[in-house]
Amino acid sequence: MDRVSFDVGVGETLAIVGESGSGKSVTALSILRLIPRPPGSIDEGEILFDGQDLLKLSDAEIRSVRGNRIAMIFQEPMSSLNPALTVGLQVGEPINQHRKTPWGKALDQARDLLARVRMSDPASRIRAYPHQFSGGLRQRAMIAMALACEPQLIIADEPTTALDVTVQAQILDLLKDLAERAHSALILITHDLGVVARYADRVVVMYAGRVVEAAPARELYARPRHPYTRGLMASVPRLDGDTHKRLVPIEGQPPNLGALPPGCSFAPRCRHVTDSCRASRPPLRDLGSRHQVACVLEA
Amino acid sequence: MSELLLRVDELKVHFPVRSAGLFGRQPIVVHAVDGVSLTLARGETLGLVGESGCGKSTTGLAIMRMLTPTAGRIEFEGQDITGYDRAQMQPLRRRMQMVYQDPYGSLNPRMKVSDIIGEPLMVHGLASDRRAYRDKIAALMRTVGLLPNMADRYPHEFSGGQRQRIGIARALALEPSLIVCDEPVSALDVSIQAQVVNVFVELQQRLGLSYLFIAHDLAVVRHVSDRIAVMYLGRIVEIASREALYKSPQHPYTQALLAAVPVADPVVESTRRRAIVSGEVPSATNPPPGCRFHTRCPHAFARCRTEVPELRDLGGGQAVACHLPEAATPPRAQ
Repeated sequence: MDRVSFDVGVGETLAIVGESGSGKSVTALSILRLIPRPPGSIDEGEILFDGQDLLKLSDAEIRSVRGNRIAMIFQEPMSSLNPALTVGLQVGEPINQHRKTPWGKALDQARDLLARVRMSDPASRIRAYPHQFSGGLRQRAMIAMALACEPQLIIADEPTTALDVTVQAQILDLLKDLAERAHSALILITHDLGVVARYADRVVVMYAGRVVEAAPARELYARPRHPYTRGLMASVPRLDGDTHKRLVPIEGQPPNLGALPPGCSFAPRCRHVTDSCRASRPPLRDLGSRHQVACVLEA
Repeated sequence: MSELLLRVDELKVHFPVRSAGLFGRQPIVVHAVDGVSLTLARGETLGLVGESGCGKSTTGLAIMRMLTPTAGRIEFEGQDITGYDRAQMQPLRRRMQMVYQDPYGSLNPRMKVSDIIGEPLMVHGLASDRRAYRDKIAALMRTVGLLPNMADRYPHEFSGGQRQRIGIARALALEPSLIVCDEPVSALDVSIQAQVVNVFVELQQRLGLSYLFIAHDLAVVRHVSDRIAVMYLGRIVEIASREALYKSPQHPYTQALLAAVPVADPVVESTRRRAIVSGEVPSATNPPPGCRFHTRCPHAFARCRTEVPELRDLGGGQAVACHLPEAATPPRAQ
């Protein structure tokens, strides 16, 4: 990940889109300083949250932010829940930890949270273990845990990729609805352009560890400017698309992050590549209407 | 209608998980596929869609006769292959091939690409002339968009999309008439999916192949299929031409499935009618009686809970398994 900048407003839903290896998950983990060191390190930059630079906090201070003011929802609910603890204990833990609420009360609140994520029979669900839950129920438990301390920001990393489509729609609708009600901002990390179109207010497109384009959702889909964004949109078949049209793939392979070209990282796959693309990396430029793009064609 | 290649009648595949115990415990049986009927014509693509556990992959494996069906009948190129043993299947394997989901797990990492693609030719004794064999492999690699000079490399030297091309080249080696594709692009990144989808479409146009295209991505299935069958808990709930299925889906589950898939356009999305079903797919070990979708169906009534709906022909190649009266009316004229 290389010099990534973006912002999220209060109560806003920001989608970070990219394919595997684009750096979207690493971006999310670095916000909460969850990058293991070594091998990873955050070398420069700042992460301002509510006016405070998260990179300057002590370990104890960042711990008091995690799960409290910023919560995270991961892709694999089975591996992010503790198999040996009941769901109630796990949902109640942030309340007990951050709010110093006694366990008895924290468990009552956990039960109410399970009801808020629309689980039936929450009183008995808090005594269940994760393995007794289906994939959809586990992800609901994760959302309940994330909401426990009424965070100002929820980061959801591919929260429904492991789920079936009908369950995916249930979970994302629920997440969006509850985030809106709590006035929490939501960062939704996904590779699915349909999910972005349905849920995001603003979109950041990442490629090979860099932001290549950022814009409000409607602006981005109406006027995609970066060749990668345009390529992505042309290569995905749509439910309402023309079936006789040949898909236009992006030729070539995603780059090796260990050996990135010196210029634009998309240059080797770009149809419009020029010499200057290969020479130096194009900066993110403002086009107005909150639309930014990193491409020499737009200079 | 062109010539029929494959006909499946009332196919059932049940897996016993636990046999009846000493103390009279009930045996547990997974009803993975429970009465599936479908046909496939030469040169046609039938999409088979459904959520995980609906039995779509098991149906594919049973058609390939990599599984023994519990009941039903499978007819391929006019022969009833339901009861065929290994030896009887051997000559037919040339005519039916499979492409798998995982391009990492389905290629032997210790074999060179040329050996992976050529293995079917060896097995079927078609590799006697060394030179013709090399030429054939080079031609197969070019067919799927790989460079023949990569023939001596190993799978790990290739990307996911290229590996999937290797899998397709191997499937093509014996010039089959049917390829069963089980989630062939779902493990690939979106920008690479389109490359592989285009390979499938072009090969069909050139070689007249038939595909049984098994996938959960409704947009990809719509793009490649002539007809589509929707499965839910081991049964087909609706089968129709691509146009009819997406324009006027009749089964409440088909409608829910289509409504759940977001369209990559914020303007369209903000005006779409959304009928999101609640709950999740029940277990196939103990499927609900009657219509299997009734536990999640917003329109279910008494009859749905007791009586299994059979596929009813609505005309125009569309059939639906639903008791609802509105599902009985023929689809709206387009």
